[in-house]
Amino acid sequence: MMNPVYRKRLRAHRIGIALSVFAMAVGLFFLGWILLTLLVKGVDALHLRMFTENTPAPGSEGGGLLNAIVGSLLMVGASTAISTPVGILAGLYLAEYGARSWLARVTRFVTDIMLSAPSIAVGLFVYAVYVANVKHFSGWAGAFSISLIAIPVVVRTTDNMLKLVPDSLLEAAYSLGAPRWKVAGMVRLRAVRAGIVTGVLLAVARISGETAPLLFTALNNQFYSNDMNAPMANLPVVIYQFAMSPYDNWRSLAWGGALLITFSVLGLNILSRTLFSQKLPK
Amino acid sequence: MPPVAMTAMDAEKKAVETCLADKAIARTMRRQRWQDFIFHKMTLLFALSVLIVLAGIIVSLAVGACPAFKEFGLLFITRIEWDPVNDQYGGMIAIVGTLVTSSIALLIAFPLSFGIAVFLTEICPAGLRRPLGTAVELLAGVPSIIYGMWGLFIFAPMFADHVQPVLRATLGQLPLIGTLFGGPMMGIGMLTAGLILAVMIIPFIASVMRDVFEIVPQVLKESAYGLGCTRWEVVRKIVLPYTRTGVVGGVMLGLGRALGETMAVTFVIGNAQSLSWSLFAPGNSIASTLANEFAEADTPLHVASLFYLGLIMFVITFIVLAAAKLMLLGMARKEGGR
Repeated sequence: MMNPVYRKRLRAHRIGIALSVFAMAVGLFFLGWILLTLLVKGVDALHLRMFTENTPAPGSEGGGLLNAIVGSLLMVGASTAISTPVGILAGLYLAEYGARSWLARVTRFVTDIMLSAPSIAVGLFVYAVYVANVKHFSGWAGAFSISLIAIPVVVRTTDNMLKLVPDSLLEAAYSLGAPRWKVAGMVRLRAVRAGIVTGVLLAVARISGETAPLLFTALNNQFYSNDMNAPMANLPVVIYQFAMSPYDNWRSLAWGGALLITFSVLGLNILSRTLFSQKLPK
Repeated sequence: MPPVAMTAMDAEKKAVETCLADKAIARTMRRQRWQDFIFHKMTLLFALSVLIVLAGIIVSLAVGACPAFKEFGLLFITRIEWDPVNDQYGGMIAIVGTLVTSSIALLIAFPLSFGIAVFLTEICPAGLRRPLGTAVELLAGVPSIIYGMWGLFIFAPMFADHVQPVLRATLGQLPLIGTLFGGPMMGIGMLTAGLILAVMIIPFIASVMRDVFEIVPQVLKESAYGLGCTRWEVVRKIVLPYTRTGVVGGVMLGLGRALGETMAVTFVIGNAQSLSWSLFAPGNSIASTLANEFAEADTPLHVASLFYLGLIMFVITFIVLAAAKLMLLGMARKEGGR
């Protein structure tokens, strides 16, 4: 017969393991539920029309998301162009000079906090320093606000990746007489190119779905516009407005946009992960 | 030519050459030192930009909040009134809403994240570890507006039809906490917002916990197994005590996320400027108030009050995240000192 103490311990073990498996199942269940909902609701809206027509006026039939898609691409593109060099250079500083300087330690700490800081506060900040001064909402304001969210992501991944480069590689370059900036930029940075690309892709994924900071920076625009100095339509804000609207075709478009955005973001996430695991310097 | 003359000429030529080479090297060295100096200062400047942005956020929020601070002072926090028509503002409703929804989220997300982390580090077969880990991280990748839509259109109706009646019939009958589960069963409200926040922060907490669980020295675990411990006992008595700081750090990180989450909450919290004991009742959080009212606020005091709310949220979030980060740093040091 089993010892009663042992039986009790075994029971605790079984309950604990069962609960852990249950927790994992709950997590997967919600992921599956959300993705399935998007597929079911979004596929209906996924016409070619969605990519060729602008957002419809209230009460009118049909319509697409062309202006919102273009606006989102422009803003995400602009903010990637801003945040990539800034993030990489800042990451280089942390990795190169960060070992002993207190300033680098503080920067690293603040970067980590900014990674999780409320994005709506960033929107308020850009509103206060930019929109309130030029007196109009604009695509640039939107691009700036999402850049501020992307920069910490790029800084953090660059910093982490650069730390993976073996010292022997750097020492070999130094012993050939290369100056520090060449070693950092042309040896160290180049060794982890794939990792840096991962960071940029993750940043793009992060900002593509950001809504809160765009609400009072880029605002929205019912019409097609390439002008980054004017209010600009963008997918997240259009989805927000359309989902809350009473019109059926608006809601359907919102689901279509949601499907588009989610699968792009998740696709980017998965892409960056596979890229990273393949080319990680050992 | 005589050999002696040649040596003299050679020596002279060599001396000139060496001198030139020395000069060239010196020039190159000077140039490189200068380049290095520029490289250092330039990267430093960009690194500083992160600090400048942080300082800028706090200063701009504080400046924006100034008129409201002059009008209401610190008592803004305890004022319940939020009345744009009569230009009277107080932060109590939004602050309570933020704290209540975040607490609900933590209460639910903590055990689930713990279970997921234990599953991924101790139970999961090696082949499934990567795909399942990625799946959990994808949950973090879903944009918050998607959580909002799903919450409003799919989760809330289901919640109102099937879960809220059950909650009211069971927990709602208990003394004291019964009032929490009374009230209208509309699906949207504080409890729904808290639940959706929980789903959103699970991946963040779980991935921190997984990372800290992985740094537990294998020797410790193997010793416990060697003494005949079950896997659960190893988790409870070896892994958890060793990683306690990191686990708390992960939970704080999740709390920081929940406090500032905007879009998902805006969709499902109901956006009512009222306080109620019932968790079913609609309410408002700081972030959702900002999202709803900021673009349309027209009196200066309204805008300033919204900035004031934003400042309060940012400062609370900053403190929580800083505490989380300090705990995780302590954990990383433990790993280094192993």
